[in-house]
Amino acid sequence: MSLFANTAVLLGKEIRTEYRSRELLTTTFVFILIVIVLFSFAFDPTSDESRRFAPGLLWLAILFASSLMLQPCFLREQHNDTLSALRLSVSDPFAIFLAKLAANTLFLLLTEILLLPLFAVMYNVPVIPVLHWLLLVLFLASLGISIAGTALSAISAQARMRELLLPVLLLPLLAPILVVSAEVTRALLDRAPVVRWKGIGFIGVFDVVFLTALWLFGEYLLEE
Amino acid sequence: MTLPAFAPIGLRFENIDKRYGGLLALRGVSLSIAPGECVVFAGRNGSGKTTLLRIAARLVRPTRGSLSFSGKSDGAEESAVRPGFVAHATMVYDELSAEENLLLFAKLQEVPHAENRVETLLQEVGLSERRSSLVRTFSRGMRQRVAIARALLHEPAILLFDEPATGLDPQGVAWLAEAIRRLRDSGRTILMSLHGESDISSLGTRAIRLDAGSVAADTRTGATFRSILTFAGA
Repeated sequence: MSLFANTAVLLGKEIRTEYRSRELLTTTFVFILIVIVLFSFAFDPTSDESRRFAPGLLWLAILFASSLMLQPCFLREQHNDTLSALRLSVSDPFAIFLAKLAANTLFLLLTEILLLPLFAVMYNVPVIPVLHWLLLVLFLASLGISIAGTALSAISAQARMRELLLPVLLLPLLAPILVVSAEVTRALLDRAPVVRWKGIGFIGVFDVVFLTALWLFGEYLLEE
Repeated sequence: MTLPAFAPIGLRFENIDKRYGGLLALRGVSLSIAPGECVVFAGRNGSGKTTLLRIAARLVRPTRGSLSFSGKSDGAEESAVRPGFVAHATMVYDELSAEENLLLFAKLQEVPHAENRVETLLQEVGLSERRSSLVRTFSRGMRQRVAIARALLHEPAILLFDEPATGLDPQGVAWLAEAIRRLRDSGRTILMSLHGESDISSLGTRAIRLDAGSVAADTRTGATFRSILTFAGA
């Protein structure tokens, strides 16, 4: 019970601090926006071309943007050593991870939902008919990115060259999610949309495996 | 400070080693701290003071040896042996107000009647009128007051101060010394690491000098006590 109560309190703190600073949302939103707009102007794709490569582009932009978002996740807890204060306060350190990954998922999903209409217009792909499936893929993949990214953020925050370490570790680790999410999205945006259940299942399994690993070993990641 | 009812708790470090990679920060430290003692740790930078206090707070796991509280094994009666920790880093969020910070940590620690407790502590540290101001607008002294209030939220029987006077002006040091004096007189066990003599170090009932991770001197008597604080004979 106290795990979820602590998680809720910490999630509230994450949302409140982000609402005041708007650092993470702004950075992520602007980065994905720039990539979507620049690629659209640079290649001026036809509708068929868009259906083929736009999903990959979208997920690549999300992946790079997420590494920007995840970087300060634990780094800013070191500024005043607030991570120590959290560790002294919570009864289960997993609550710290749960709150952070929930906040990261929320912020990432919010950015994606805000940018989805722009993506549809710029690349001339109809997202409305498959919106519910698309949201499911966005949610599951964003959750996977946040779980793995939050764990790696905790590791990299204590290391030297921390700014470099997170993307170097994160991008290869998330390559399977990137490939599968792009493939599932491509199938959804096809002229004859198909729901790739195997792909969705793969992302779900990725989430469960990494969440379990974080639950089992997360405490060690926070130790000095 | 409010003088709550709590059972005095002591600490026992048994043969503690702590290694960071190739660096041995603590070597075979064995100490017994009686309930209600006010212990001052002195020593040069890198002598192991901070590591020892962080082990006492259970933020750092010793490589070898054990820590126990009042003869109980570590982990027994968890809430009763959760020390309050004040360091030179304030351990509070700049983006939150003083009240929001205290409420956050009170809720995480499941402090009963959190709002009332926060209200009381804000008054005790003299920040009632600035309760809604963001901590980032505070002076160093005011931040340290928030830090002390945070450490006292759950009415801990053990308090750990790691160079708490760093960056404070003389007025801030005087306020801190008075606050620690009241906490000591309330029967709490206090461990603090300090540099040199000050109003704060004079509150100690026992002085321990660490040198290269080992206990080099340990005394409760006047002249030796002073020499430990000033590193004389180090």
